[in-house]
Amino acid sequence: MSELTATHFLTLSAALFIIGMLGVLIRRNVLVIFMCIELMFNAVNVSFIGFAWEQHSLVGQTFALFIIAVAAAEAVVGLGIIMALSRRLDTVDIDQVHELRE
Amino acid sequence: MANWIFLIPLAPLIAAVVNFIFGRWYLRDRAHWLAILGVAISFGVSVAVVAQVARDEVALSQHLYTWIPAGDFQVPVTLTVDQLTAVMLLVVTGVSLLVHIYSVGYMHGDPGFYRFFAYLPLFVFSMLMLVLANNYLLLFVFWEAVGLCSYLLIGFWYRRRSAAQAAKKAFVVNRVGDFGFGLGVMLIFVHLGTLEYTGVFAQVGALPQGTITAIALLLFTGAIGKSAQIPLFVWLPDAMEGPTPVSALIHAATMVTAGIFMVARSWPIFAASPDAMLVVAIIGAATAFVAATIGLTQYDIKKVVAYSTVSQLGYMAFALGSGAWVAAIFHLTTHAFFKALLFLGAGSVIHAMHDEQDMRRMGGLKRHLPLTYWTFLIGSAANAGIFPLAGFWSKDEVIVGAWVGGRPIVAIVGLVAALFTSLYMFRVVFLTFHGPERFDAHTVHPHESPPVMAVPLLILSVGAVFAGFLGVPPERGVFHRFLEPVFSGHGAEVHHVSTATTLTFGLISTAVALAGLGLAYAAYVRGAIKPAVVAARLGPLYQLAYRRWYFDEIYEALIVHPLYRLSVWLWRVVDIGIIDGAVNGVAGLVNFTAQRWRRVQTGLVANYALAIALGTVIIVGVYLIVGSTLFQ
Amino acid sequence: MDGFPILSALTYVPLVGAAIIFFWPRASARAARWIALGASLVSLALSLVMLAGFDRDASGMQFVEHYDWLPALGVSYHFGVDGISVLLLVLTTLLTTLAIVASWDPVQHRVREYMISMLLLETGMLGVFVSLDLFLFYIFWEVMLIPMALLIGVWGSANRIYAAVKFFLYTLAGSLLMLVGIIALYQAYFEQTGIRTLNVLELQQGNYGHSFQMWVFAAFFIAFAIKMPMWPFHTWLPDAHVEAPTAGSVLLAGVLLKMGGYGLLRFNLPLFPDAARSWAPAIMALSVIGIIYGALVALVQTDLKKLVAYSSVSHMGFVTLGIFAFNAQGLYGAMIVMLSHGLVTSALFLCVGIIYERGHTRLISRFGGLATNMPIYASFLGLFSLASLGLPGLSGFVGEFLSILGAFRAERVAGVIAFAVVILSAWYMLWMYQRVAWQRAPSEPPDPTDPEAKQAGAPHPVMGGAEADAVDPRTFRDVTWRELVTLAPLAVLTLWMGWAPQWFMDVLRPALELVASPFGRIGF
Repeated sequence: MSELTATHFLTLSAALFIIGMLGVLIRRNVLVIFMCIELMFNAVNVSFIGFAWEQHSLVGQTFALFIIAVAAAEAVVGLGIIMALSRRLDTVDIDQVHELRE
Repeated sequence: MANWIFLIPLAPLIAAVVNFIFGRWYLRDRAHWLAILGVAISFGVSVAVVAQVARDEVALSQHLYTWIPAGDFQVPVTLTVDQLTAVMLLVVTGVSLLVHIYSVGYMHGDPGFYRFFAYLPLFVFSMLMLVLANNYLLLFVFWEAVGLCSYLLIGFWYRRRSAAQAAKKAFVVNRVGDFGFGLGVMLIFVHLGTLEYTGVFAQVGALPQGTITAIALLLFTGAIGKSAQIPLFVWLPDAMEGPTPVSALIHAATMVTAGIFMVARSWPIFAASPDAMLVVAIIGAATAFVAATIGLTQYDIKKVVAYSTVSQLGYMAFALGSGAWVAAIFHLTTHAFFKALLFLGAGSVIHAMHDEQDMRRMGGLKRHLPLTYWTFLIGSAANAGIFPLAGFWSKDEVIVGAWVGGRPIVAIVGLVAALFTSLYMFRVVFLTFHGPERFDAHTVHPHESPPVMAVPLLILSVGAVFAGFLGVPPERGVFHRFLEPVFSGHGAEVHHVSTATTLTFGLISTAVALAGLGLAYAAYVRGAIKPAVVAARLGPLYQLAYRRWYFDEIYEALIVHPLYRLSVWLWRVVDIGIIDGAVNGVAGLVNFTAQRWRRVQTGLVANYALAIALGTVIIVGVYLIVGSTLFQ
Repeated sequence: MDGFPILSALTYVPLVGAAIIFFWPRASARAARWIALGASLVSLALSLVMLAGFDRDASGMQFVEHYDWLPALGVSYHFGVDGISVLLLVLTTLLTTLAIVASWDPVQHRVREYMISMLLLETGMLGVFVSLDLFLFYIFWEVMLIPMALLIGVWGSANRIYAAVKFFLYTLAGSLLMLVGIIALYQAYFEQTGIRTLNVLELQQGNYGHSFQMWVFAAFFIAFAIKMPMWPFHTWLPDAHVEAPTAGSVLLAGVLLKMGGYGLLRFNLPLFPDAARSWAPAIMALSVIGIIYGALVALVQTDLKKLVAYSSVSHMGFVTLGIFAFNAQGLYGAMIVMLSHGLVTSALFLCVGIIYERGHTRLISRFGGLATNMPIYASFLGLFSLASLGLPGLSGFVGEFLSILGAFRAERVAGVIAFAVVILSAWYMLWMYQRVAWQRAPSEPPDPTDPEAKQAGAPHPVMGGAEADAVDPRTFRDVTWRELVTLAPLAVLTLWMGWAPQWFMDVLRPALELVASPFGRIGF
């Protein structure tokens, strides 16, 4: 078993990111989309940590922590929007929500 | 006395302002007292000032303030009284005072009484400032101001559409003349750097001939408008819509002579340009003739007197054009008396006839209105040039002036017009006062005017009889000697008229005037000549005169209507269609494009996310491909 | 007085007033009116104090306030006035006060918001006239746009949204061009001297190449020409005026249009003298076209406000005509025309507003004979109509004559054609006056003594006929005290400027001499 390198981290990160992105693009349920976005966030976190590992620097770790904090805040706003949306339109299906068109 | 000159215009101004502001609620039918007082003060001060000018033979002047100081363009408000102004001062304040007094009776009971006695002193103020000005711009200012007063007074009975229309017409037509006048003033300033009379006259000789002619003609354009010469005389007959005292004061005695005054004032400019002089003479003679022919055919008593005014103004103009400056001013002075008298007399008739102006519904009024009859007769005879009344002396001098000034044709036209003058004046007298009563005696009861109207008539008829003697003997009378300092100096032509010429023309004039009287008598009293038959015989010529030579129709068809059409076209086609169309077209284009592009905005978040992802992939891809070759 | 920032004070007092109304949500309409009036009166009083302390002989800026703002970018907070702006400043404070009085009763809808807009507008307008930093100038220039668009769009008449959007976009298009010009100028000066500045007085010292000048001049000029508005950029004006509420029209005509002329005198001429000279023939040609065109189109208007709007196009032509004559008479004329137009046209809009309140129409054909039952009103309308047509003795004449004289001196033909407008202006103004104040209204029975009475009601061959449901102007009440208060100061000033323009010209002299100095000071 070879040594852990940044490549492993980045591969994992890319895989998570693509899963998240495909989820955003394909799924219709807003909540799922939201969770996929979280997944993409964490994919980025993974790559940060990977680079931190590679560089022996704490900056990447710091950023990861920072992003987790921001993601939490963002989750509050996002869930709030989703709540408002489902109350207003009585659905969580994203294709039913196209008010921006008109 | 020089320090008191400002009182001359100020007194009527105060009266006008006070009457205008307080008249409606406080002064009402007492408004005339202040107006008369103001004009009387003005008259009194004028007499004192003129006496001093006559004694010392120097011009007086009073500087008030600098009105416009725009760099090297300085316009002072300075009042100057020289001999020419002195004559105008006396004429203006004197006739104004009489007309004010007359108006107390004439306007009695009119709901706009206070307004009338606000506008009339305002006019007196403006006219006095006009003659007192010492520079061209100030002259121009009050030139327009008298136009305003004329506008307000013509439209005095503003509810009448015809009066409102006539007032507007008078102002706009005068503005055409003012357009030329204003350009003349600008041309003077641009070339000479000053607008003060003395400065301008001193330098005028140094200008090239073409420029002088241009200045003179432009100034004369103003006079054409204001003094109702061909082709701008059309406003004056319509101006008769105003109350009759207004016609007497503004449209006969004073304002319309402002043009004559201005040309006489600018005589060094005109004298330096023979071409301009010729134009002035021709236009004057044509006006004198054309207006006289129209006067022969009209039935409205005021219109006849109005055309007579136009005709007499033509006389003054051709006197100016022949270099007979003093004669022109002399005729202006005597004309002020007898024409004011005629208008006031006509007003008295109209008053007596309950606002009837058509002579075909008058006749036989001599019995009912003896005082009006006699004064009107004196005025008519003076206008017709019957010896020895005022009009005889001045008109004779004008014609002699044209003859010796080298304009024999003009003099002959003047004589022909004199025949017409005599004919139409006595036609009015005979139609109005003689013959059968053609009005309905049951509804109309002619009554003589009250004393307040009669006294001014009497005073003016004294003037109409005796004013002419100021100019006797011809060329050497009091009047000439008084005005001599103004019209002498470089460029002044001095004609020595022989006694033989004077006598000859005196006799011819008298013969012509008597011939006119005789024709009128034959036609309208004896019935020896049937006017209707003559009119029919003359056919188109009669129609030409009766329809006022079609001036109004021609203007309507060639200027007024095309201008409306043009304006409507500019508005609807150019403004709304082209310019605004272009603006809205741009907006429309943006809108059109945006409508196409908004299809992209599906409103589906997934689509947006896909677009973002694809975009990222493309950008990164391009970077990888291009960047990889770029950095090698 | 030294050290007291009077310019800032008078500029921001209206803003403070607006803030008070805004943050006092339960302020009644009545309170909002009084606060607005109070703020505008304080501003007016401050501007008069400033005018009293203004040194008429000094050349250059006075009451200067200069602080660094964004020093890295060369942006400063720089206020100051000279003879040109000081008079426009007082005009602005006066007209805003009168406009607030004029909208006292007529505006009953969203009064608080209305008054906030008015006050914001005042701050914007004042800021434009006092700013000597292009950044600051541009901010105020745009600030003023929004409340004006709101005034038109919210409190206007039927087609108000169209007019407001048109006004906004039109002006914005111009100002964006100006923004490009400002940036170009900033950059050019930086490249030349290494100094980053937006100070107008400093930028004037720069030496710009001819083709650069030509382009940047055009960028500034189009912005100002639209504001002015100069033919052919004028079509927003009639729409904006017709739809705007009375007070909006007053400020639009009285102050906003002046900003074009002010901008030309403050920026275009001192910054780009060479380009100004090169562009002058074209601009004079456009001015002359505008003068005649505006008058001709005014002649056939059926709507009172449109008539006054087109007459504005005509009058503002005199401003550019005078400015681009580059001589003393032209410059004085341009300034006096601006001031006079500010007084007279505002007053005419007030007059239109007064009868609109009573008759709910602006169609000339529906009025008539107002002189009988509204004598005071008719006197004022007459006075302002006469001032507008350039009657000597009233303010209009002095400016018009001087600017035409200036043009005549510089370019004979331009002066001659422009002067012909005296005929047309008399025609359209007096015709309007005749139909509104004099002859009978179509709703009245014709005058039995009038031989032409039958024609009175007949349709005009061009203008069309009167509508059957015309209002009866005989029932109109004469002006109230409140309306009198709005008209009387303007009448007094009009007369004053007509009879004693030398007072105003003395204030203007040093500033105009400075403007004329790159052009050889002809005529000074």
